[in-house]
Amino acid sequence: MSKLRIRVDQDKCQGHARCKSLAPELFELDEYGNAHEVGDGTVPAGLEDKAWLAQTNCPEIAIEVTEE
Amino acid sequence: MSDSPSASFLPEHPPVTDWVHDFDHTDPVWTDDPFPIWETLRAASPVVHTERFLGCYMPTTYQAVKEIAYDTEHFSSRRVIVRDVRPEISARAPPITSDPPEHKPAKQVLLPPFTPDAMKRLEPRVRAICNELIDEFIADGHCDAAARYTKHIPVRAIAHMLGIPEKDGDLFIKWIHQILELGIKDENEMMSGVREMTGYFMAHLEQRKLAPSDDLISQLLRAKGPGGQPLTDEHVLGSLRLLLIAGIDTTWSAIGSSLWHLARTPADRERLIAEPALIPTAIEEFLRAYSPVTMAREVIKETTISGCPVKAGNMVLLSFPAANRDPAMFPDADKVVIDRKENRHAAFGLGIHRCVGSNLARMEMQVAIEEWLKRIPDFRLDPAGKVTWSEGTVRGPRQLPVLFGKNA
Repeated sequence: MSKLRIRVDQDKCQGHARCKSLAPELFELDEYGNAHEVGDGTVPAGLEDKAWLAQTNCPEIAIEVTEE
Repeated sequence: MSDSPSASFLPEHPPVTDWVHDFDHTDPVWTDDPFPIWETLRAASPVVHTERFLGCYMPTTYQAVKEIAYDTEHFSSRRVIVRDVRPEISARAPPITSDPPEHKPAKQVLLPPFTPDAMKRLEPRVRAICNELIDEFIADGHCDAAARYTKHIPVRAIAHMLGIPEKDGDLFIKWIHQILELGIKDENEMMSGVREMTGYFMAHLEQRKLAPSDDLISQLLRAKGPGGQPLTDEHVLGSLRLLLIAGIDTTWSAIGSSLWHLARTPADRERLIAEPALIPTAIEEFLRAYSPVTMAREVIKETTISGCPVKAGNMVLLSFPAANRDPAMFPDADKVVIDRKENRHAAFGLGIHRCVGSNLARMEMQVAIEEWLKRIPDFRLDPAGKVTWSEGTVRGPRQLPVLFGKNA
């Protein structure tokens, strides 16, 4: 499987926190509850499904997943 | 609690015969079962209109709801309830009634106390509240789950956060009923609820100024507005009004609808007991299928939504619940699929007005369902009783008679 990278679009994120709940290893929340990708957004092996799950449950379509 | 409109109001709201051109979200038929009505409206047009409520649109598709929720240029949040009257705006409740640019700073003040981490700290108290309530009726083998259980959980949780006595909850419930249900048709009820609530909180504000603590009221009094100045008393009161109005019968409704579903669906109940890890996913599906909250906007500039012209001066019934039943967005939209994988539901809104209490609501729902299922795994609707639903802006069971234990 190719390597995945995630990014949270800060203009779109409204802090629903669905990603943090579904993939806590991949996302962190700031003091306002808005989401950011952990580190540079590289998805560690084995967490690909969680990355896609977070992406498909974000109501604001704020999460980009790219295959490298 | 769900009083039907009394006889004196009926002439203003004749029964609906043409839903597409004359919809009315306070009609008893809608209150009882809105889902087939939304299907009819959606089949007719992405946006429908009624002359009732001094003129009001309703977007019927997920797409149209989303377009309006994201469009703060043509749609204002200054009025967030569709009512018979449109008096001058007096009691604001920032940030829900705010538009850009005032909205963002007003919301940022409220966000930190409601993050998922903050909710984790509150969770043990909510778990205890649920068990204290269950203790009161579990030996009976029956109860009205709306009146004895779901109603009290959010009230006590928010009282705990605000640092006010949990026993004052009955007062809050009365004010909310006056504002959200009776107030749609009766300005005096609305104003009397707002006035009493404001007086109550003003006393707490004065007390916190003398003796600050760590509760949410004290936090708001310490918070700084956009210019670095403390918030005005009026702003703090408005935000407290919002937390109470938005934080109570919404979650009461969401927990109630979830229990209503589980009472009627033994297979889902059994699966959640066998796989408790699935409960958060099931909660999202209950939020989608039985979204409690319909918001409103006021059209301030003419525009087009999903190809339909929309004129200034009308209100908009922003039905997130109807959006969440749109089959173009959700396969099997009318089925409750408790392990639904892809679920971008809009129960907490879309765009800048995303519910500030969504993390609180989710935690309360999860804890309330977990604790109920632990102690009352087997239950069903009482065939001798009647389930009734609230009218208007927030939908959920207000009477939910169930049998369990020796009666299950």
